[in-house]
Amino acid sequence: MSAAGCPSGLAPAEEAAGVGDVAPFVRASGDARELALKVTGARCAGCIGKIESAVGGVDGVETARLNLTTGRLVARWTGDVVDPNTVVSAVAHAGYRAAPFDPEAAARDDDAYGRLLLRCMGVAGFAAANVMLLSVSVWAAAGSDMGEATRALMHWASAAIVLPAAAYAGRPFFRSAFNALKAGSANMDVPISLAVFLACGLSVFETLRHGPEVYFDAAAMLLFFLLIGRWLDHRLRQRARSAATDLLALQTVAARRLETDDSVTSVSARDLLPGDRFVLHAGERAPVDGVVEAGAGDADLSLVTGETAPVSIRPGSTLHSGCVALTGPITVTATADAETSLVADLARLIESAEQGKSRYRQIADRAAGLYVPVVHSLAFATIAGWLLLGAGPREAIMNAVAVLIITCPCALGLAAPAVQIVASGRLFKTGVLVKTGDALERLASATAVVFDKTGTLTSGKPALLNAGALTAEELNASAALARTSRHPLSRAIVDAAGPGLAAEDVEEASGGGLSGHIGDATVLLGSRAFVGVDGPDAEDDSLETWVRIGGGDAKRLVFADAVRQDARAAVNDLRALGLRVLMLTGDRRAPAARVAAEIGLDEWRSEVSPQEKSGIIEALNAEGERVLMVGDGLNDAPALAGAAVSMTPGSAVDIAQTAADVVYQGDRLAPVARTIRAGRAAKARMLQNFAFAAFYNAVAAPLAMAGHVTPLIAALAMSGSSLVVTLNALRPEGGRLAGPGARQTALQPAE
Amino acid sequence: MTGLLILIPIALALGGLGLAAFLWSVRSGQFDDPDGAAHRILLDDDLDD
Repeated sequence: MSAAGCPSGLAPAEEAAGVGDVAPFVRASGDARELALKVTGARCAGCIGKIESAVGGVDGVETARLNLTTGRLVARWTGDVVDPNTVVSAVAHAGYRAAPFDPEAAARDDDAYGRLLLRCMGVAGFAAANVMLLSVSVWAAAGSDMGEATRALMHWASAAIVLPAAAYAGRPFFRSAFNALKAGSANMDVPISLAVFLACGLSVFETLRHGPEVYFDAAAMLLFFLLIGRWLDHRLRQRARSAATDLLALQTVAARRLETDDSVTSVSARDLLPGDRFVLHAGERAPVDGVVEAGAGDADLSLVTGETAPVSIRPGSTLHSGCVALTGPITVTATADAETSLVADLARLIESAEQGKSRYRQIADRAAGLYVPVVHSLAFATIAGWLLLGAGPREAIMNAVAVLIITCPCALGLAAPAVQIVASGRLFKTGVLVKTGDALERLASATAVVFDKTGTLTSGKPALLNAGALTAEELNASAALARTSRHPLSRAIVDAAGPGLAAEDVEEASGGGLSGHIGDATVLLGSRAFVGVDGPDAEDDSLETWVRIGGGDAKRLVFADAVRQDARAAVNDLRALGLRVLMLTGDRRAPAARVAAEIGLDEWRSEVSPQEKSGIIEALNAEGERVLMVGDGLNDAPALAGAAVSMTPGSAVDIAQTAADVVYQGDRLAPVARTIRAGRAAKARMLQNFAFAAFYNAVAAPLAMAGHVTPLIAALAMSGSSLVVTLNALRPEGGRLAGPGARQTALQPAE
Repeated sequence: MTGLLILIPIALALGGLGLAAFLWSVRSGQFDDPDGAAHRILLDDDLDD
């Protein structure tokens, strides 16, 4: 239990992130208190045990329960005996990241419809299995060995099972069909409801007049298969929805507001008004736009502008929402509220871009659009045809109902969701979260990939370039000081030096650097002026820090944002897939050119504003390209939403993760090409399934119209086609998505 | 054939039992956290250590 984070090593320990005071997020009803937290980093049984015992061990907490599937932790206690912040720090101390859920949003996310579908599925499955016992014995007797009274008993028993079950399990379809008809349109549920009603009605009629053929089993089976498809589809959507709520939770960060008497109260960011003053500590993100009033230091704007280098701020500097203070505390006067801040502007850009995306129609919807009119006209043609041929109305209606039953879209309803859930499940195991069901289809049709630079093609964090030029003593002394700071350059020094102890009595000079003692020597780590270096500025404009031990010479430490290890291979791989690769960055020209040259990109633009980024995406769309946008910053979010499909690394800012269709984990870029391959494979599977469903209907519908379909044939055809479609979705991928093989494929040139 | 009058109700009762168990498990939240349930079996929290 000593190591931080997942004890199985499945996930790295999360860095503690300042979420501020979580008191506003506690839900109180009477004496009972409840705090819901989104926990990231939990993967295994050890994580559950660690987190639940850490939170359960907080004085006063009665129950702590972690849902590993959704990553939600609910802690309950009675009365005001528990400071909710100790719950968050207990989780953080165990090595996981916790952020509070907005209680209203968490309640909205309750999956009542999913449970209704599951119950309906259970009832329909029960009815289908039991009525089949009765139907099979009737079919096996084939009218010869079974007396008419026994057959009637079987039919009445079937009716007693299926009629209540259909009334219960058919509700999701009936309700949706009724709403569609009320609105004057027809969806897929209209022919389904019609088929269930007619199959039941006709069977009751036949039972009453002791007819030989009833369709009770068909009605039950049809509902069962369709409900499986519905539930799979719903689970996909639910996962996307809870991913969105989770991301919102990570955004609801409390702010420290300074009151007029200089006391600090914790408020939700939404309650900050222009003119309010608030305090930012090191590592905290500005909740709204503002002007620095007191304090100086560095701020990380990379998520907003894409620029890697920390920017120094002093009283009078403007600070956009989303900027992270690297040193603190800084007092800021708000100039906008949460609704009018830069983040909110970007959110509006995202919204308008997403409306454009809704123009995309899923393959399944296009199939449904064809299906409804065709099936209904076939049924009418059957009635009309048989009447014209001189058959009685009973026979004509029987055959029309057989057409409706046998063409019922069981295979169609299973075709897409089964493939989507299997493919996204396989991707999820390799660390790629597909947030929307149709993202795979859209990925498959992408023709161009646009990358952001900072944080996407590069790691987004500076790395120490000249560790070799320092002596071990200098490196260790710098690292000992650096371990006390959150500044990205300090982190880079610590990364280069490896594990070790932090120096004690380190003092941080605002906007200057760190000073401390190692043994008897005073160590200074910081800017050129802070360390006391004379002479001209360095010839290049690299990021730099200086270190001086005692009276010795000052040494220069140089940093740069390192390109991701496999960036060049990943870009070549994408080209091999036939995609055009571009780079857009908000960073300055020189670092952009360096990265482009290193990766081998020839199409790139630098110093692009967020609005320009989404403008360029639109221009590409207009050229007829279908763009996959890969980016991680606030400045990428509108472009992510406007592109045909978008991916973002798991390290991305929350709003980018909300806007993107796919989130991938890890430090490599290989998942981009891998996900495109998976999307292409999934689309091929879906098309196979639809082709099969169409073929099936093309054979079955004429048979039914000709009056050759008996209840036995209907049952065989329906279950057979559903089975084929499901098995095709489950068919293994030939190992192409498997863990170790995946890396290999990513480096292979072409398929 | 009179045996059917006993056997059909028995079959239905057994099936109904299974259905009731399923409905109960949905209602009591056993499908809310399938991943967690799979892992919790490995926890030794019933042992004193």
